[in-house]
Parts: sequence; C-alpha cells; structure tokens
Amino acid sequence: MSRSWAYASNYLVYSAMAVYAISFIAHAVETAWAVKVPADKSSTLDYKRTEKVARIATAMMILGFFLLFGGVIARGISAGRVPWGNMYEFSITGALAFSGAYLLALRKFDLRWLGLLVSISVLLTIGTAITVLYVPSAPLVPALKSEWLVIHVSTAIISGGVFLLSNVIAAAYLYLDRMESKGERTQWAKRLPDLETLDLLSYRLVAFVFPLWTFSVIAGAIWAESAWGRYWGWDPKETWAFITWVAYAAYLHARVTIGWRGRRAAWLCLFAGSTFLFNYIYVNIWGTGKHTYSGL
Amino acid sequence: MSQQTQIPELDSVGLLRYAWRQLTSMRTALILLLMVGVAAIPGSLFPQRTQNPLQVSQYFKDLPDVARWMDRFYLFDVYGSPWFSAIYILLFISLIGCVLPRTFEHFKAARALPPTTPKNLSRLEHHQSWSAQGNELELARKWFKAKRFRVLEVDGSISAEKGFTRETGNLFFHLALILILLGISFSSLFGMRGEAIVNVGERFVNTPTSYDTLNYGKLFKDSNIPSFMLTVDKFVAQYNVETSAPEDYTLDVSLLRDGSTTIEKKTIKVNSPMTIGTTRVYLQANGYAPVVTVRDSKGDVAFQGPVTFLPQDANLRSIGAIKVPDADPQIGFLGSFLPTYVREGANGGASAFPKALNPRLLLSVWSGDLGLDSGIPQSVYRIDTTNMKQIGLKGLKPGESYVYEGGSITFEGYVQWVNLNFVADPGKHLALLGGIVAILGLLASLFTRRRRIWIRVGDDVEVAGLAKNAAPGLEIEIQGFVKMLKGEK
Repeated sequence: MSRSWAYASNYLVYSAMAVYAISFIAHAVETAWAVKVPADKSSTLDYKRTEKVARIATAMMILGFFLLFGGVIARGISAGRVPWGNMYEFSITGALAFSGAYLLALRKFDLRWLGLLVSISVLLTIGTAITVLYVPSAPLVPALKSEWLVIHVSTAIISGGVFLLSNVIAAAYLYLDRMESKGERTQWAKRLPDLETLDLLSYRLVAFVFPLWTFSVIAGAIWAESAWGRYWGWDPKETWAFITWVAYAAYLHARVTIGWRGRRAAWLCLFAGSTFLFNYIYVNIWGTGKHTYSGL
Repeated sequence: MSQQTQIPELDSVGLLRYAWRQLTSMRTALILLLMVGVAAIPGSLFPQRTQNPLQVSQYFKDLPDVARWMDRFYLFDVYGSPWFSAIYILLFISLIGCVLPRTFEHFKAARALPPTTPKNLSRLEHHQSWSAQGNELELARKWFKAKRFRVLEVDGSISAEKGFTRETGNLFFHLALILILLGISFSSLFGMRGEAIVNVGERFVNTPTSYDTLNYGKLFKDSNIPSFMLTVDKFVAQYNVETSAPEDYTLDVSLLRDGSTTIEKKTIKVNSPMTIGTTRVYLQANGYAPVVTVRDSKGDVAFQGPVTFLPQDANLRSIGAIKVPDADPQIGFLGSFLPTYVREGANGGASAFPKALNPRLLLSVWSGDLGLDSGIPQSVYRIDTTNMKQIGLKGLKPGESYVYEGGSITFEGYVQWVNLNFVADPGKHLALLGGIVAILGLLASLFTRRRRIWIRVGDDVEVAGLAKNAAPGLEIEIQGFVKMLKGEK
C-alpha cells in the first residue's frame, strides 16, 4: 500500500519534471522568438507572434504544478505523515512553493518574462532532488512527530519560495539597471517591466512574507521548547534563521524608514535572500546540530 | 556628517546628548541590526561550549594554539561573549531611545484632531472637482463615519484621517522585542537546567546532588529546586525494521510529589515532556547499561551493578568502562556493548539493530594503575591505560563469565537508561507573549496605510488625498468615495 504510493509519487515527480522541461523550452522559444523581430522593421516587439507559445509555457507550468502537487501528496501518504521529513522532500515541496508563488503572482501582475527563470530553477531543484537527495520514503524519527512540523515547516517553505521569487526580481532589477545605465535596453529586455515596477514588486513580496517568516521562527521556537527543552539554543539552523530575519528586518527598515530604493535596496534584498539559501544548503548538508534530518 | 567638527566645542552634557542622538538615530540602529546578524555567524561555524563541549575540547586537542587564541575572542562562547552582548545591548538601547519618544508622540497624535483642510486642494494628489449637488457633505460625513475615519469639520470642508494602526502596530512590534529580551533575561536569572542519567527501574530524587550536570541562573537558589521523586518504570523504543531509524520512544514514570502520598503514573515522550509545577522533564537520550559482577581471586564480589555505556551509532553499539580501584593491582575493563551482535572482521563485532535481540559484551581487561589518584578528572567512559597492561580479551553472552589472572567477571544482563533534562524556564511565557505581540504588530504595521482625504463643498465639490510613504491603494479608495458622492454605483 505505502510502497505503491511511494512509486506513484516518484512517477508524478518525474512527469512534473518533464512538463516543467516543456514549459522551460516554451519560455525559451518565447524569449528567443521575440528577439528575432528585424530591427529595421519596427523598434517595438510583436507580442502576438509569441502569444501562443507563451500560453503553452504558462499552461505547462500550471500542469507541472499540479503533477508536482500530486507527487508531494502521494509522498506524504506513502510515509503516513507530512512530506517534509528530509531534504529530498523539502526540495520538491520548495520547488512546488516557488512555482506556486510565481503562478499566484502571475494572476495579479504580468510576470511571464520571469517564467524562463522560474522554470529553470524548478527544473534544477527537482533534478537535484531526484539525483542527489533522493531517499526512500520512511516514517519520522520521534523528535519530528509533532503537529508543529506541519506549521513550522510549511510556513518556512512558503516564506522561502516567496523570498527567492523576490530575489529573482531584485536580480533582474540589477541586471536591467546596469543595462540601462549603458544605454538603451536590448530588444528582448524591452518587454520586461520598468525598473520602478520591479523595485516595488520585490519589496512587496518581502513585506508580504516577512510576518510569515517571523511566525515560522516563533512556531519553531515553540516546537523546540517541547522537543528539546529550550525554545532557543543557537543551533546553526536557528542562528541562520535569525540572521535571515535580521537581514530582512534591516531591508524593510532601509526601505520604509530611510527610504532606500533601487540598487542599494536590491543588493540588500539579495544579501538577505542568500542567507536563507545558505541556511538551506550549508546547514542541511554540512552543518551539525539538531536540525540535520537531511538523511545525507 | 558635517556637524562632527562641532564636537570639541560641546560640554560634557552636550557631548552626551550628541552621543545619545547618534545612538538612537535610525542609521545607527540599522547598522547595529546588521551587526547583530553578522556577529551571530561565527557561532554557527565554530562549535559552541553550550551545545557541543566535546567538539570544543577536540579543538583544543587538535589545534591548542589556535584554540587558545579563538577562546580569547570568545569564539566558543559567541552568544555569551562581551562583544555580542555589547552589540545587542546597544541595539536595544537604541531601539528604546527610538521607540519611547515615538510612543508618546503617537499617543498625543492619536488623540489630536486631523489638521484642517489645506487651502489649495488642487495641488494635492488625486485631486478631483465637479459641480455640487448640495448633499455631498452629508454623504461624506456618513461615509467617513462608516469607514471609521477621524474627522475635523470646518466650514464646508472635512479633513479625514485614517490608518493610525500602522504606527500603533509598529510601536507594539518594537516594544514586543523588548518583551522577548526581558523574558530571556528573566529565564537566565531565575531559570535552571539539569541533566541526569537514570537507569530503568531506578529512582531519581530531585536534589542538586542527583544531577550529572546542573546549571542555574544567578538568582536561582538551591532551595528553589522543587522536591519530588520519580521512578523510571518502563522504557520502550521502537525502530524501523529496515532502516534501524527510531520511530517512537515512550517512557513510563511514577511521580511522587512533595507532601503527597499518592503516586501518579505519567508518560514522557520526545515531544511531550512532563510538567511538575514550573519544572519540565524532557526525554533526551537513551542507551544501554550492561550489568556485571566482578569477583577477586577469592571469589568475593569487588564490583556489582549496571554500568552506563554511551551509544556510538544508529544501531546503539555502545562503549564504556568498568573500573575496580579496590582490587590490587587495580583492574579496569574497556567494553563494547552490542545489542544485536553480528560478526565483523576488524572490530570483532558490530551491532545490526538497536534493540537487544542478541546482546553481547566485548571486553578487554587491564591490570595496573587506573590513575584515579592523579587529580586529573577522568571520563567515566574511558580508562587511561598508560600505566596498565592488557591481560585478557573476551566476548560474553548474558550469563557467561570470564576468568582472568586475579579474578573473574560475569555479564549478568543489561538495563536501559534514559537521559532526562530538567528545565525551569520562568521567562518563556513572557517571550512567547512578546513573539505573539510582535507578529500582530507587524501585520498591523505592514498592512494598514495611513492616509488623509479632504473634501470641500462650495459651488464645486473638491476632493483630494494624501498617503504617507506613498502607500498604494489611495487612488482606488478616492474613486470609490467620489462615485458614492456622485450617486454612482
């Protein structure tokens, strides 16, 4: 029973990967095709030419999301618990949260220009998860058996997905800012939003998710109190969660109170996001402490 | 800053005031905030005494010179170090200096009326005007009231303001951080944390001497330790048959409180500690203690009882030492306890499963001087064999004995032990309250917008608005307001 769910999960994750690959190719074609408008004919791009393939790309992204969603759920059923017990599971859920955050944001803003980056990130994450991080489905060790696992880890994963999305946008800001300072944007970059929009979007994502991250850290502290006998112990993971919190708090202060915008704000945003990534990669794989459940 | 050249001219009060203003400035606060983040990094890269004393001593063994220098900079005690404390104390002083004046200001502002309507509304954002019908002021009054704006009405114009929750939330958030810090300080002054290894079947009496390690705050007194007694009745560990990974630990204890005569049966699990008054008891680790009897050459018992062994791997291969200092010459045993014994070439044996399915005790027997009188503290799990020689080597099943030159040892069986943590953390509720208030404050401050809307009705109706921090959404709100005034749906 549980084994067939585990197999089903693997098939779903593999299929999701294939579909994300199609989405990636479609995004790539869309981006490339838009460039190929002869410069002498018109200075603006012909969006209609790429509309169809852009739709395919987004549709595949949505399909991939649902397949991956199914894969994550099946993994949970096979193990008889929430699917966040090791790094393979964090990674596929993280990829799911990341593409979910993109699709949700897509409903409000035209972010399709980001699709190429999103699909390649998701592809790489799932790919690494399958090839390097995979461990067979198994029940949890006693310390993880708590309802706080659901609360703490789900909020941490969602926060991570949104932080990374905000980072990608901040990076796009810096890239385009450099391009503009040298002259005009190149043809393909003209369809990307203006700098002000990117700046604001990146900030809003952080402002939206910062309370959730705060909640996730506090939920972790409450759980640590009941599992380990202390709510805060400067475990490496806790320390880096704190550093990420402090970095984003500094970012919000810099923006709201001091009025940082643009380049400086984007760099600070990237710095804060990199502390989150460092925590995820370094502490899970090479770190010591009580948070090492990666199974690696 | 250019004013810095003025410093020498200031008297001491002026200098203090200048320093205070610098410390409480937003820029300083931001730098301190980032510094706290950066200062926390070394603690995650180097082992810390509070979490991993063994790794720290390993550092001192491997790189004594480097370690001594690192220790001078408190790199093994980062979070208790003077420099880390200095940064966060400065940060909190800066925070208090920033937040307190703002709280008073906000308190005043929240009770004050909004400023009167500006003369020239057309200069402001989102300005609109159209010819008046006559009832606009009435409608506007109702609308502002329904939306809970604070209003000031002066001859034909209304000035309305909303969104004070933003600053309220902001201040509550920062005050909550101070609350968390107070909670932490309270715990470190009045809290206590002790560890004890208790064998299954044995009793633990809660007195300072019963603990293997005991740390408590500066203002915690021995008499604050609540008196109770608990007996460890039963410990059950379940493991995954395929992976040997633990799946469940359940510990049954009998508790006898001070002044009570009834014994309470309690269960402790990893995620559900037992609470006795202000003390909580956590199940943190477990292992095996082989029970042995050592006899001298005459057959008299020289040592008898369980000896705590330390688990070394996932299958609970455990190591330990049995010391018999009363024998002449002194006798010591270095042992490995293998709960599920399987043959393995180099080590002679390994454990294949954490449960005691086929227990085996592998011993090497040493004779000579245990070095217990040298004054150097020794690990109870190891023997200093420098002045000893090995006189025997044997693997024993339960019930078997081994006779060596000068005596014998019998492997009677084993008991399980549990490592219990006893924690009193009186400030944690304060810290939790701080955490909850912080989140609520954060939500209020990030998701409310402070804005003003003005309306003046003469021959024409004029409407304009202003949002603090250029917060979005005002335009839509004003559009709705205007539609309502015009009677459109």
